[in-house]
Amino acid sequence: MEKANSPIGQSVDLPKPEVLMRLALSDNGFVFDPVAGNSFTVNGTGLAILRRLQHESDLDSIVASLQEEFEVDAMVAERDVIEFAGLLRNAFK
Amino acid sequence: MTQRMPWVKPALTPHRAGGMNKFGAVRPQQHQPELDGAAIAPLLEQYGSPLFIVSEKKLRENARHLRRAFSTRWPKVRHGWSYKTNYLGAVCNVLHQEGAWAEVVSEFEYRKARALGVPGSRIIFNGPWKPAGILEQALLEGATIHLDHLDELYAVEAIARRLGKQIPIGLRLNFDTGHTEPWSRFGFNLETGAAMDAVQRIGSSQWMKLAGLHSHIGTFVLDVRAYARQARIMAEFMEAAERETDCSIEYLDIGGGFASRNALQGLYLPPDQVVPSFEQYAEAIVDALSEATRGRTALGKPLPVLVLETGRAVVDDAEILVTRVVGGKRLPDGRRAAILDAGVNLLFTAYWYNHEVRPMQPLEGLAEETVLYGPLCMNIDTVRASVMLPPLNLGDALLISPVGAYNNTQWMQFIQNRPAVVMVMQDGKVEPIRLAETLQTITDIERMPETLRSPFPETQPR
Repeated sequence: MEKANSPIGQSVDLPKPEVLMRLALSDNGFVFDPVAGNSFTVNGTGLAILRRLQHESDLDSIVASLQEEFEVDAMVAERDVIEFAGLLRNAFK
Repeated sequence: MTQRMPWVKPALTPHRAGGMNKFGAVRPQQHQPELDGAAIAPLLEQYGSPLFIVSEKKLRENARHLRRAFSTRWPKVRHGWSYKTNYLGAVCNVLHQEGAWAEVVSEFEYRKARALGVPGSRIIFNGPWKPAGILEQALLEGATIHLDHLDELYAVEAIARRLGKQIPIGLRLNFDTGHTEPWSRFGFNLETGAAMDAVQRIGSSQWMKLAGLHSHIGTFVLDVRAYARQARIMAEFMEAAERETDCSIEYLDIGGGFASRNALQGLYLPPDQVVPSFEQYAEAIVDALSEATRGRTALGKPLPVLVLETGRAVVDDAEILVTRVVGGKRLPDGRRAAILDAGVNLLFTAYWYNHEVRPMQPLEGLAEETVLYGPLCMNIDTVRASVMLPPLNLGDALLISPVGAYNNTQWMQFIQNRPAVVMVMQDGKVEPIRLAETLQTITDIERMPETLRSPFPETQPR
């Protein structure tokens, strides 16, 4: 696991970048992990977060970027990204 | 400026082989913004969350449906409203207006029925403990008393002797129908002869007259054959009692126990497929009763009144609980969990039912397995251990149903106040029928010893 430290000191555990990068994502929310052979369905918000996490690990940047695309309060987005990262850690090891 | 998209809680659902339900797909959760035409959101604003909502229309429909199912098959039918199922005054009075008597099982319930204006002559008094004072009052007021044990029999005889009049009395029986777990702790057992001993004892007394027989074979009884057997056994015992003593049985009270349209935990099939209709119960009971009493009319004996004490099946689906999401989390196994402002403190029946849960407003997103927890600081406070729901946001309202039976009587005031109950009236107006508790509701009946008035006396000037 790598820690992404936000400017305010908050850190989020994420799966390794190479694990996230290997995932095949389709626009309609189908996620395939070619190494483990597992597949998933992700909703639109989850897909947006996942795509950002493939290239970006800073929590505040991700939240700011999500706010440009979605009608969401920063606190709500941050909370949901942290929780979603927990799901990713368990799903992609 | 480009339009931003609405935010839906992110979800990731693994694809798993197996686990398909061969009885059908998961039913979509349809939202329900109103009950009988009354919008729920404004009610939450006015009365707060959580909130119980009773439908007067549904309650009356159910009571009429029950009566119709039986009275079209048997000439004399009486419904005793089971107070312990839901004794909110407004609920009781709806059912009394529909012709139901009061069926009570304690001094509290007897007094509650009397306070509502129910005459003693329309009260059926059951239960294992009827304190001396209320027993005498009930006898004086002409209530139907069902004896539970010999001590009660002697207590009634003593009262009747003191009053100097013969009192009609009912006897509670218990026996094995072969279809349900026998409830042997209430009443007199038939197989051991204890019931006939009691009949003989009543028959030998100048102060008592056996007028009726009562039994209750269980709760949430799904097998109508159990009732058919019960009716047959009671009718045969009626004949035997009349043969043995000079009595005339006026009624057979078969108690309650009809299942409601609720999903009992552990049952695989949905309630619509396993819960018998009132007509199916009635058909089985009346067929057996007709067969067992065929000879009575020829002998000039009247047919007994058939008494029903149906509670759960009448009120359960006439009430819902509205609750709000106050928190959410991911459990270590990845399942989504939501914390609600209502838990087992208000939903006692969550221990044995998988209540239906539907959102008040449409919810966006993929449904996934969700655990619904209540607000109590107790591990057992689970409203639903597993339900498929879209992502839930803070403040989302969920409707839980059916909740009309036993929750407003068995709810507990544990670390939370009990909420308001409102009734949607037949004309669409909404009336409060029980106000929400406040801290003062509880503290008003507490008393503080003088020396304990101050929690931190060392900080007070002496």
